[in-house]
This record gives sequence, C-alpha cells and structure tokens, in this order.
Amino acid sequence: MTDFPILSLMLLVPLVAGVICLLVSAQAARTVALIATLIVFVLGVVLWMNFDVGGAQWQFQENIPLFAGFSWALGIDGIALTLIMLSVFLMPICILASQSIEKRVGEYMAAFLLMEVLMIGVFAAQDLFLFYIFFEAGLIPMYLIIGIWGGADRIYASYKFFLYTLLGSIVMLIAMIWMAQTAGTTDIPTLMQYDFPPEAQTWLWLAFFASFAVKMPMWPVHTWLPDAHVQAPTAGSVILAGVLLKMGGYGFIRFSLPMFPEASAQFAWLIYALSMIAVVVTSLIALVQNDMKKLIAYSSVAHMAIVTLGLFAFNVQGLEGSMVVMLSHGLVSGALFLCVGIIYDRLHTREIDRYGGLSINMPKYALFFLLFTMASIGLPGTSGFVGELLSLMGIYQVSSWVALVAGTGVILGAGYMLYLYRRVAFGDQKNADAAAMPDLSLREWAMLAPITAAVLWMGVYPETFMAPMRGDIAALDARLARAKPAGDANLTLGSPKQLEEHAHEGGAH
Amino acid sequence: MDWMQSLRLVAPEIFLSVSGLILLLGAAWGQSRKDARAINWLAVLVLIGAAAMTLPTLLGQVSGADALAFDSLFSADAFAAFAKVLIFLACAASLALAPAFFERHGGYRGEFPVLVIFAAIGMAMMVSSTNLLTLYVGLELNSLAAYVLAAFLKADERSAEAGLKYFVLGALASGFLLFGMSLTYGFTGTIAYSGIAAATEAGLSTGALFGLTFMFAGLAFKVSAVPFHMWTPDVYEGAPTPVTTLFASAPKVAALALFARVAVEAFGSQSVAWQQIVLAAAIASIVFGALAAIWQTNIKRLLAYSSINNVGFILLGLAAASVEGVSAMLVYLAIYVPMTIGGFVAVLMLRDEGGKQLEAISDLAGLSRTRPLLALGLGSVMFSMAGIPFFFGFWGKFVVFQAAVQSGLLIWATIAAVSSVIGAFYYLKVVKVMYFDEPAGKVTGRSDMAHEWLLTISALFISPLGWLFTKGLGALAAIAAGVLFAAT
Repeated sequence: MTDFPILSLMLLVPLVAGVICLLVSAQAARTVALIATLIVFVLGVVLWMNFDVGGAQWQFQENIPLFAGFSWALGIDGIALTLIMLSVFLMPICILASQSIEKRVGEYMAAFLLMEVLMIGVFAAQDLFLFYIFFEAGLIPMYLIIGIWGGADRIYASYKFFLYTLLGSIVMLIAMIWMAQTAGTTDIPTLMQYDFPPEAQTWLWLAFFASFAVKMPMWPVHTWLPDAHVQAPTAGSVILAGVLLKMGGYGFIRFSLPMFPEASAQFAWLIYALSMIAVVVTSLIALVQNDMKKLIAYSSVAHMAIVTLGLFAFNVQGLEGSMVVMLSHGLVSGALFLCVGIIYDRLHTREIDRYGGLSINMPKYALFFLLFTMASIGLPGTSGFVGELLSLMGIYQVSSWVALVAGTGVILGAGYMLYLYRRVAFGDQKNADAAAMPDLSLREWAMLAPITAAVLWMGVYPETFMAPMRGDIAALDARLARAKPAGDANLTLGSPKQLEEHAHEGGAH
Repeated sequence: MDWMQSLRLVAPEIFLSVSGLILLLGAAWGQSRKDARAINWLAVLVLIGAAAMTLPTLLGQVSGADALAFDSLFSADAFAAFAKVLIFLACAASLALAPAFFERHGGYRGEFPVLVIFAAIGMAMMVSSTNLLTLYVGLELNSLAAYVLAAFLKADERSAEAGLKYFVLGALASGFLLFGMSLTYGFTGTIAYSGIAAATEAGLSTGALFGLTFMFAGLAFKVSAVPFHMWTPDVYEGAPTPVTTLFASAPKVAALALFARVAVEAFGSQSVAWQQIVLAAAIASIVFGALAAIWQTNIKRLLAYSSINNVGFILLGLAAASVEGVSAMLVYLAIYVPMTIGGFVAVLMLRDEGGKQLEAISDLAGLSRTRPLLALGLGSVMFSMAGIPFFFGFWGKFVVFQAAVQSGLLIWATIAAVSSVIGAFYYLKVVKVMYFDEPAGKVTGRSDMAHEWLLTISALFISPLGWLFTKGLGALAAIAAGVLFAAT
C-alpha cells in the first residue's frame, strides 16, 4: 500500500470531477461533486487507516523530479494527516450545503473541487515551491466563489481577500527563493532541519509571517476575514473558516517554527502582543455584532489568536493544544456557519433581530445550534475544551500574564456566543415569518450529524486525533528546545516539610 | 571570410527578403481582396518557414566565430536564433489576425504583410547585430515599417495620430541612440561590440559613460521602459489592433534582445555601470506600469500599461547581469509573447452585432455568461499576467525573481514582487467585470476562425498545460544565454 500514490490520487479525483462539472448540467454537477468528494473522503479514511502511528515521520512519500529544481514531492506527517482529514471531511458537507446555489452550478462545483485539490496539495506538498503554488493558486477559486456567488457587497470582499493574501504571500516567495539558493534544496523536511544563520532568520521569519499572519488571520490584518465571510456563500464560509484559516497555522508549525527557531523566539513577544489584543478586541467586537456571520467571523479571529499563542509557547502542550484548537475550530465554526446558512436559506437575512424563539418551532435545529455554541465556548466534553485548555496550559508555562489575558477570551467567548444563542433561539417568537420556519430537513441532518459526532468524539476521546501527531510535535519541541524562552513563573522547588511524627498516635490501626 | 559561409548564415533573412520582394510585386498587381488574403497567408507561411530555418541554429548551439558573417558585422548565433524564432512566430500570429480585422475597416491591402516581413527582417538584424552600424540599420528598417503600419488605417484619425506620434517619438529615440553611438565611437574608437568591449575593459571614460547612457535611453524608448514610455498607451490605443498586437510582441523581443546584447557584449566588463540604469528603468516600469493601469477604462490602454509593467520584469532579469538573468529574461519573453498576443486577440474578438470593435472595459460586463470561452481565454491571460500560480505567467516571474535574488538584488526583487500585487488589482478588475457583473449584452458579434484558433493556442500555452514546456524552454533559454556570455 505504501507504494501506491494515494496522495496524488486524492488530488486527481477532485480535479477530474471538477472538469466534468464544467461540462454537465446543474443537477448532474451536484451529483458528480458529491460523489467525488465522498470518494476523496473514503481515500482519506484509507490514508488514515494506513498511517503508521509512531512510525516514520514522513509517510506516503512520492517524489518525481520535474524541472528546474521543482519536484512533485508529496508526503505527510501526523500534523498534515489530521488537517487533510479535516478538509476531506468538510468537503462533502459543503457540497450538501450548496443546494441553495442556483446560478452557474457547474462552475460553482468546479471551483469547490479545485479548492479541495489545492487544500490537500498545501498540506501534502514537500517541495517548497510546490507548496507555494498550491498555497497561492487557492486564491483564484476562492476569489471566484466569493465574487460570483457571494452576497450584496461581494465585489469589495473578493478584492480585499485576494489582494491582502497575495500581498502577504508574494514576499514569502522571495524569501523562499533565497532559502532554496542558500540551503541548496527545496525539500521541506530537509529545510526543517537546516540551520539558517540567525540574522537571516529574522528577515525570513518576517517574510513568512507576512503571509501566514494574513492567512491566519492575526490582528490587525484580519479585516479581510469578516468581509469575506459575510459575503461568501455558506459553503464558502465553511471552507474559509474550516480549512483556509488553518493554512496560516499550518504555515507557522511547518515553516516558521522549525525552520527559524531563533527568530521565532525573537519575535515571540510580537505574537503574544498581537494575539492578546486580538483575543480581547475581536471578542468585544463580536459582542456588538448584529450580523450572525460577522459575529462568528470575529470569533474565528479570537480563536486563531489562541492558536498562535499556543504555537509560540514552545512546548508540547501549547503545540498540541493549538493543533486541536485548529481542528476543533474547523469543525465548530464550519458547523456554526452551516447553522446560520440553514436559517438564512429560509429567511434570507443574517440579521440577528429578525429571528427569535427558534427553539419553539425548530427544536432540533436549536439543539444542534446549542451544541456547537457550547463547543465554541469550550465546554468540557466538546472538542473546543480540549484544545483551549491545552493551549492555555502551554502559554501559562511561558507567561502567566499572557495566559491571563488569553483566558478572558474564553469568558468573552461565552458572553457573545450565549448572547447570540439567546437572541436567536430563546425568547419570544417576535417575527411571524421566523416563527413559521420548518425544522431541519433530511439533507440538513446529514450535514450536521457527522460534525456533531466528530465534535463529541474529539471532546471525549481526543487521543484518536492526537496520537498521529504526537511524534511530530515531540520532534518539533526538540527542535525548538534551543530557542525556548524562559518561563516567567520562576518555580523553585520547595523542601518538603517534615511530617510531625506520630501526630495521630491514637489513629486506627 | 568566406562569402558562401556568410550567405549561409543569413539564409533566413535572405529568404525573407526575397519572399518579401516577390510578395510586394504580387501586391502591386493583385489589388483585389482575394489577392490580399492570399498574400497574407503566403507571408504567414514565409515567416513560419524562416522560423523553421532559424531553429537549427538554436538547437545546434552555434556560437562564437562560427556564427559571424560579413566580417563580423552580423552574428547568427543561438542567442539571436532564440529571439528570431519568437519574432517570426509573433509576426506570423499578428498577420493571421489582420485580414478579418481590416476587411471590416475599409479593406485589406497586400502591402500590409509585406511591411510586416520587412519589419521582421529589421528585427532579425537587430538581434544579430555585433556592430553599431548593423544595429542602427536593423532598427531603422524595423521602425520605418512600423510607422507605416501604425498609420495603416488612413481614413481613421486615431490610426493616423498613432502613426505620427510613433514616428516623432521614435525619431527622437533614434536621435538619442545615434548620439550615444557617436559618443561611444568617439571615446572607444570602434563601432564593433568586441572592440568596444576591449576598449572599456580597463574602465569607462566619462565620454563613453555618456555614450552608454544615451544609447540605453534610446533603447529604453524602443522597449517602452519608464521614463521613456509615454508613447506606448497612445500608440497602442490608436493603432489598428492587429498592429498593436505586433507592436506589443515582436519588436519588444527584438529590442530587449538587442538591449541584452549591447549590455553584455559591448559593455559586459562594465556591468556595474549599466546595472543601475537598467535596474532603475526596470523598477520604475514595474511600479509605474502597475499604478497607471488602475485608472484605465480602455482595454487596449490597459494592455499597454501592462506591457510596460512586463517589460520592467524582463529588464529586472537583465539587471541581474548574469547568465541566469539573461536566461530568465528569455524565458519571460517566450511566455510574454503568447500571453500578450492572446490578450489582443481576445480584444479583437470583442465586437458588437454590427462588427464594431469594443474597447471599453465596461463593455465586457458579464462576458462569462454570454461568451464563456472568450471570457475564459481573456481571464486566463489576466491571471497569467498577474503571475498567479498554475498559470504559466507565474513561471516567468519566478525565474526572473530567482535570477535577481541570486545576483543579490534582494530588495529590488521584493519591491518588484510587491508591485505585482498592484498589478494584480487591475488584472482582477477585468476578471471581475467579466465574471461578476451582470451581462451588458454588447459583445454579440461573431468571431473569426483565425482569431478563435489563435486565442485557443495561446490560452492553452499559458494555461497549466504550459508547464509541460518548462523544461525545454528553460534549456533553450539557457543555451541562448550561455552563448551570449561565451562570446564576451
């Protein structure tokens, strides 16, 4: 099985299906897209089944030299595996969520399938430039998805999305060229072990930071996200929040940290500062939103800030926690966008005030929405809790102040999410049209139920998801050890107090 | 020097000249529309034939003394061959577009293909020059033909204006060039590149530096690099679109290849002196070309600014002053030519019911729904020009950046890269109008088959399929660049 190019196959299937979608009728395109994404999901499951946990760091490697130093090099470690699983898991759900799309269905499905190719490619690429190509090419389908099928203000949002992300990543390209020439290789695993001189690292780190910070997105370059999210169609939002944002975190964990450990330590203060601001500011902004999608978009920025904090904690808890937050956020925010999409399809507004009392006429919907609200807050038993707890534990070892500020994010998160839920699901049915909305259809069940299962699974038994990446996190932690910042806790080992002997002489014998 | 040897080396040019003269006679007698068409397609065949005759020189890596003809006045080496193949094919493509266009605008004439052939001979001489005299003769042969071509629609005011503007500014540029050449001759005592190289090896005297500067200014005019670009938008907008297609492709290749040859062969030892000039022009072109295009509402003007921007990237390759740099420049050119031809063909295909050409960007609205394939073609050109990966245009930018970084031009490469984001903005604008806006329903005219074919070919070349050529293209460009540097 190991010789079988399964990763290439996972790239090929959606690509071919995408071309087919362009040629066939609308209804056929929906079917083709759904079948193709399900096939890729099955391939993903096969991939996971065959992934040797605790085995070699890089598995399923393929390497075909192409030209001019480029090579078709694919391969995954545990980190990439989990993120690929997230992508292929969300894709069929996105296709199902796109039933309300009525114009230019074939092109829409083709854009989504191309998106899937590029997402898998980003996580599987082992050649520096191959990674860049996948990373950058993702702009085109997303630009079209937002621009053609988006909401009223879609043009502005699509431009902002495209130009922001392009500006970020083009600087990274120059840095990559320099790295490839200095190190003499474009092989990512080799580069992860290569020690660049610390002075050069500073510049390289900044160039990569420009790209990943925008993608992540970190405060203050997050402003494209609320616009893009709000204007994108539901499935577009799910993919944006679920997977595209993870590319930023993946970039940090795959490039910035292992390739430039010294520079990462040098700029850790910057990450802490930006992340702390992001947690508090965007949570407060989320609190005053009237638009449901915007609220969830701002909450994404806050959650991503916890990811960056965990990553730059330089310890195992922080890194693992960040990975789990990324996976959990991919599921939960995706599900929340789906929840918004479900009622949007019925009432065609995202304004919170137009709803109210939905738990009366849509009890099943209200139940799912409640679960994802809780998962977003980080209630124990859901996936959100595991990740946030670990991340905060990780950052606490470095700085208790940062952990304190980041911790407010959880409280504020509870604030805005519960406030949202109260206004939408509880209270009086003040709008007649909202009160008349029917409950979930079978298709909507099929969208939400798998995510629910995954969220609970990850909350109750996260080991399934953490086991594959444990070795990679440990390797990364070892690599980072030399640059690790000292914690501010200054723990001193106390001397144990002598027990007073025979104090309870009269105790039971 | 053996005459037979010399004649053999210039065989493609002789073939073109003889064919051009015969076709000219044909044009003198055959005045009907059908004759003009026949002459046109014969000229296309002749140009393709000339390209085929040149190809062995490139593949055979002919260089040095083997390539010199007529007492070292002319060098038919692999570098020249690379440029010539591109030039001849670009000329052929522009000719293939012409008849359909001109027949709608007051009739086609057999002189048009003949002029293009003569321009092609001029361009071939430019890229093969090893001597200031050959350079000038080639340049003027090309320019004179080009002035007439720009004004070819005699009844059209804009075309006449474009011709006049092109002539006046082109003459000014030639004046610059001549002045620089005379200074160079005065201070080095020779007009042969090899002689100039020998005379400047020890150092550049102030006079020779002035000569170099003026020569480069003249050449910058020809490639329309900032700050000598002002004529470009006006001429591109005014000239008949098939002529604009030609101007944006073949003469750019010729002038840029000539630029590289003068820089490397004549002043190769003084690269520090010209590197700054080229770099300044390159960065200015990239930034200005990107900024000025934002406010354009006419698609031809937009493409004109985009060509300024692209020339900037090509010059950035030259500014690297290395084999890799020149090779990157050639790769970029080879991608740029089909890209720009594709762009202009798409523009040619924008016609309303009555066959009138549409040039306003707003007329493109909703093209993706009324003419999906045309929109796809133009959209590919736009994304490719913006250098977004998977489209082939990215590869050109990539190799140029690579060469620039290798030569330590890190900061300049970064500035160029960031400016390409500005460029992406206006390329996106075209895509936005075509794909996001509601259909304006203006582009309803039928397309000609030749146009459809050309657009298909160039769109396929710049699509991800183009990556299949990367290896071969890179190897050929490396041969050509290597030959150029080996000669010094």
